Amino acid sequence: MGLTKQSTGTGALKEMFEVQLESPDDKVIALAGNPNTGKSTVFNSLTGLNQHTGNWPGKTVTNAQGRYVHQNQKYILVDLPGTYSLLANSVEEEVARDFICFGNPHATVVVTDATCLERNLNLVLQITEITNKVVVCVNLMDEAKRKKIKIDLEKLSKLLGVPVVGTTARNGKGLKELKDMVEKVACGEVNPTPTKISYDEVLEKAIEEVDPHIHKLVGHQINSKWVSLRLIDGDTTLLDSINSFLKYNLSEDNMLHMKLEDAGTKLKAENIMLADLRDIIVSSIVKTAENISKEVVSIENEAYNQLDRKIDSVLTSRLFGIPIMVSLLGLVFWLTIAGANVPSAMLADGLFWIEGHLTSFFSWLGTPVWIHDILVLGIYRTLAWVVSVMLPPMAIFFPLFTLLEDLGYLPRVAFNLDYYFKKACAHGKQALTMCMGFGCNAAGIIACRIIDSPRERLIATITNNFVPCNGRFPTLIALASIFIAASAGAFSSFAATLAVLATIILGVIITLFISKLLSKTILKGLPSSFTLELPPYRKPQVGRIIVRSVFDRTLFVLGRAVVIAAPAGLVIWVMANITIGDASILTLCAQFLDPFSRLLGLDGYIMMAFILGLPANEIVIPILIMSYMSKGSMLELDSLAEMRQLFIDNGWTWLTAVCTMLFSLNHWPCGTTLWTIRKETQSWKWTGVSFLVPTITGIVVCFIVAQGVKLLGLI
Amino acid sequence: MNKNLISLDKLPVGCLGKVKKLIANGITRRRMLDLGLIDDTTVESLRKSPAGDPIAYEIRGAVIALRSEEASKILVESIQQ
Repeated sequence: MGLTKQSTGTGALKEMFEVQLESPDDKVIALAGNPNTGKSTVFNSLTGLNQHTGNWPGKTVTNAQGRYVHQNQKYILVDLPGTYSLLANSVEEEVARDFICFGNPHATVVVTDATCLERNLNLVLQITEITNKVVVCVNLMDEAKRKKIKIDLEKLSKLLGVPVVGTTARNGKGLKELKDMVEKVACGEVNPTPTKISYDEVLEKAIEEVDPHIHKLVGHQINSKWVSLRLIDGDTTLLDSINSFLKYNLSEDNMLHMKLEDAGTKLKAENIMLADLRDIIVSSIVKTAENISKEVVSIENEAYNQLDRKIDSVLTSRLFGIPIMVSLLGLVFWLTIAGANVPSAMLADGLFWIEGHLTSFFSWLGTPVWIHDILVLGIYRTLAWVVSVMLPPMAIFFPLFTLLEDLGYLPRVAFNLDYYFKKACAHGKQALTMCMGFGCNAAGIIACRIIDSPRERLIATITNNFVPCNGRFPTLIALASIFIAASAGAFSSFAATLAVLATIILGVIITLFISKLLSKTILKGLPSSFTLELPPYRKPQVGRIIVRSVFDRTLFVLGRAVVIAAPAGLVIWVMANITIGDASILTLCAQFLDPFSRLLGLDGYIMMAFILGLPANEIVIPILIMSYMSKGSMLELDSLAEMRQLFIDNGWTWLTAVCTMLFSLNHWPCGTTLWTIRKETQSWKWTGVSFLVPTITGIVVCFIVAQGVKLLGLI
Repeated sequence: MNKNLISLDKLPVGCLGKVKKLIANGITRRRMLDLGLIDDTTVESLRKSPAGDPIAYEIRGAVIALRSEEASKILVESIQQ
């Protein structure tokens, strides 16, 4: 990119933050707020589907941007990471601060939770210290009303000195007013004059000492009083940011050093040590928030959160907490397994009916047989399998899981399990990243960003693969259904659920064990501090859940699987049909792998299926079926019984099924996941470790089980 | 030092305490401050997790779970109800 108008001045800032400007007239709006305030709902409601997500330059922090048009003006909404503070205690806080400070947004919207305003005001006050152009959005007004919490928005606006708009983003209430107000602030029609936090007299004097000098340097660009305070507090990250964004070299400014030292000495003379400064600063902010909150919030019913407390006392109870958690998980799987059977069969029927017509079409065209075989028996059948096996379970699983997420249940899972993660020297939020892993391990690995400590984040990343993802569920479910459940008669879907549940619990135990092992060996260290918010339970919005989980998750994962399955189907067909001597390439490879695989209770074809399934775990079973069929293409899957017969004909026993399930749980991550790990860790070494750890675990576990069963003579 | 001070993790469930002193330093202390745990903040011990640790507390209207390692670094004065 050459030196255009865009790459200098404010344009450079936009470039450094990668704001997607379409024209220089676009207004840039920053969206800040605490986590769990419905900030993303506000973001989604305002921008709809016009979103773009990426990373902040050089940081593994998600950067979401979206656009909307209001009164013929284009707006770009930049969703900042959800934080409680801007005092640079984490990368997220640094990113949010830097954007508000140096990204020159035309306005900053701070989303707050009406049911927990006092806590949220902390962040509002820190933002109004940096910039005047702030609009406060008090969201979740409906929840507040339900809990009989009244908020005097007018008074709040007066006390804060910035416009305040009440919203219920999930049903769109108040959003028009919010957009109107943002427009006014962005265009300068309304000029907020935020009430400044008054600090201790001594501190104010110290600020005065430094402020004039800083004002001379950067006063025209950022609020110099705030910068002075941050530098007196010893915030070196801000100094670095000023240097890199505003192209100063303040670190080498001797005058500044002198002034800061003077300020420090003055404070010391008044018996304020630099170490206590942060306490004094935060106390001033917190007390201001407390006072404002007292003035504007009236709680009619002091017992407003009793219902939440009661629910918590059941869901996290000593006796029932963990059993309820396991049962809920079981219920989700049972609904998925039982509910997916019929639509899966219907989809398969439909897709294979189409196949018949495709075949007639090709013979009508008179194309050579091998072209028909590659396209229809290779690619189309693999695709048909992937769609019919994967779509129904995902379309049931993802909405159910999103429902639990929306209700606010997942933090309770982390609360219940934290003790065990602490014992494993890991982070309690690892439970949350594992939950995401059920959907997709790559998503789980991106979710590891919520863990601050790099050591614990790596542990969570390496072990995420021990949670079976949606691509592996079909394998687990199919094997559990045909080998374990088949003997259970009327309770078959129940037995299959139990088998899958047992596999998952084993996965959790292995996760804890390996986490501990990593903590004691290559990732030595003690658990870091852990604070977890248990947000209020929220009424889920069923409609939004279905739309979001179908579009964001189901179709996304299915699309990826299809893209990978099509070429894989081709490769496998070729391998199965090109022969050297009198055996196909696939058979030769399988024969080579066979002796080793037998030790693990598998056979060469199963191992080959896992290897060829590297692009996507979904296609392991289809590959296996294709390999077993002598004609080298997949059978038409009329029934599970047929599949069972095929497997038994190829020497399967219940032990083969168990070992295949275990190996599916513990083997290398899929290609997408490995690529995500490489991106998130920026390291080939940790990507390699993430490949080897589950693979070795799988080999060890399968070997022990297979040889153990044989030694005990159980088979 | 006031001998009535106990560490937060020793505060019985259902009881209220007033924060009097943080004995943590560095980032842990800053995190605690960001939670609003400044002098004289009232904290209620809400419930223990199934394994007894962490414990959930009500801090300024929010429910926050703290591990015993952190809670033991927050000294509170138990408030009689």
